[in-house]
Amino acid sequence: MLALLLFPSALWYVLFLLAPLVVLAIVSFGLRSPNGGYTPALSLVQYLHIASRLTPVINTIVLGFAGTIGCLLVAYPLAYTLATRGGSWKTVLMALIVIPMWTSFLIRTYAWMFILGSNGVPKILEGLGFGHVQLLNTPFAILLGIVYNYLPLMALPIYISLERLDRSLLEASRDLGAGSLATLRQVTFPLSAPGVISGCLLVFIPVMGEYLIPVLLGGGKTYFLGNALADLFLQSRDWPFGSALATGFVIVMVIVVAIYTWATRRLSSPGREGGLL
Amino acid sequence: MTTPPAGRGEDGQSGDRFWVVAERVGDRVLRSYTALVYVFLFAPIVVVVVFSFNAGRSASEIVGFSTRWFTTAWTDPFVLKALRNSLFIAASSAVLATIGGTLAALAMPSVGGRTRAIFEQLTYVAIIVPSIVIGIATLIFLVTIFGWLNGWLAFLLPTNPPRLGLGVHSIIAAHTLFTIALVNILVRTRMRSMDRTLTEASEDLYATPWRTFVEITLPQLLPAILAGSLLAFTFSFDDFIVAFFTSGQDQTLPIFLFSSIRRGVTPEVNAIAASLLGITISLLLLAGLLLRGRGRRAGSAPTDSVAPSLGAAPDDATTGTP
Repeated sequence: MLALLLFPSALWYVLFLLAPLVVLAIVSFGLRSPNGGYTPALSLVQYLHIASRLTPVINTIVLGFAGTIGCLLVAYPLAYTLATRGGSWKTVLMALIVIPMWTSFLIRTYAWMFILGSNGVPKILEGLGFGHVQLLNTPFAILLGIVYNYLPLMALPIYISLERLDRSLLEASRDLGAGSLATLRQVTFPLSAPGVISGCLLVFIPVMGEYLIPVLLGGGKTYFLGNALADLFLQSRDWPFGSALATGFVIVMVIVVAIYTWATRRLSSPGREGGLL
Repeated sequence: MTTPPAGRGEDGQSGDRFWVVAERVGDRVLRSYTALVYVFLFAPIVVVVVFSFNAGRSASEIVGFSTRWFTTAWTDPFVLKALRNSLFIAASSAVLATIGGTLAALAMPSVGGRTRAIFEQLTYVAIIVPSIVIGIATLIFLVTIFGWLNGWLAFLLPTNPPRLGLGVHSIIAAHTLFTIALVNILVRTRMRSMDRTLTEASEDLYATPWRTFVEITLPQLLPAILAGSLLAFTFSFDDFIVAFFTSGQDQTLPIFLFSSIRRGVTPEVNAIAASLLGITISLLLLAGLLLRGRGRRAGSAPTDSVAPSLGAAPDDATTGTP
């Protein structure tokens, strides 16, 4: 009887998650009709066509990796400091990092467009005698935008894994004569690995689908997969090709998640509590 | 990189002192670094807000304090129309998500293991699939379905048939996928940490299941449900990418803001952005207070309440993957 309560959400999942993804896959095997619509077919032509969009795919992968690593480098020391030195302010400090994640992504990206634009930081640098510096509409601006926007998604899981870290292990390491650096390298880093892996996944997947950052901070010059998709669906209306590109993206994502699951399972070998994040 | 034990082996005394000093310096560095990261996180937002109160047109120098750009922005009929749409979409999505997500969370303990596992997986998929994929897939799905339904409507009602199309309602449908999953996860997290002895006591005292639910379970769940609906509202209110694909001709505030930014940065853009930030941050603080209060009452350390709960979506999404 109570199971009926599941119905509204289940209906939503079927109608607005599963059915759309199925339609996406079906359209990806179709052909584009001369008038720009979709002709049902069973062909792989669209998938072979993906090679023609290699530049956005490469841009997305390169900047996606760079952005994820950038987030990790900024977030780890931050999460470490909060977890080990946060004291009673820990929760508040962590909440302050998470709050921006819930504010408008568009506004956060726009803020950097405003700051990096010709009236912002470049003007200040010029005043200091650095000459003309172009910051906006460069790959650097995109990288900065990624690190800025996705930092909370990286910091949170790392913080949680460091928070849950068993303090007695650190004391044991110290008692056995290891100094702070050795303890950090041999105890803290390995034990926070699950948090690091979760963080990388949480950042990498949405960055792969990024649309706003390349448009606003890259000036449309450094083109991402998301921009290619938006063009195919909203401008040139080549649905079958767009669907093939999107389906390919979903398949790559599933593979990434599968690798992640496998990696965390290996890391959380039996006997180690709370291994999964 | 020298490891401490090596240094200690040669000369215990001075080696120890060296490491004490090194640790203190390291501590300072970490603390200063953290402070810098906070500046990095908040400075851009503060800059936009400050410039939204700038009296002049310039985006590079502050002339004086003025609220004129807020007045200009909020008397623009296009802005007001977009705001009305955004509020309607966010409120509808929050209500639908609160009902659907909470009901499902209540049902989950009593359904079979297999059904529950599938449902949980779908919840995580709904959260982890990038917005752009959801937007695109919903777009082609709805356009296909509407094309087919419109054909039937034209056949059944030859005179003046109603035409289905993309717009405010398709945005609500697409947003609610994510928000249902969000509310579901928040309520379920709360249910797991709930005090079972109270429910058992109520049953032992011969209360009907309904009465136990209304008087014991619901009050304990209420903060999580309310926080969930507030977060659902903020997500929907701020979303750009899903709405961008499923909006048809209708505009939401983020879509309006995006097209204004592309046309060129004006002081009005800053004023709209600052107003949106104000609305979102107030709602977030409210949600945070609700989740925090819940942590205290449950007797658990407040450490686990606010931050992880606000990030519950992505966090749980990965924890749950088997």
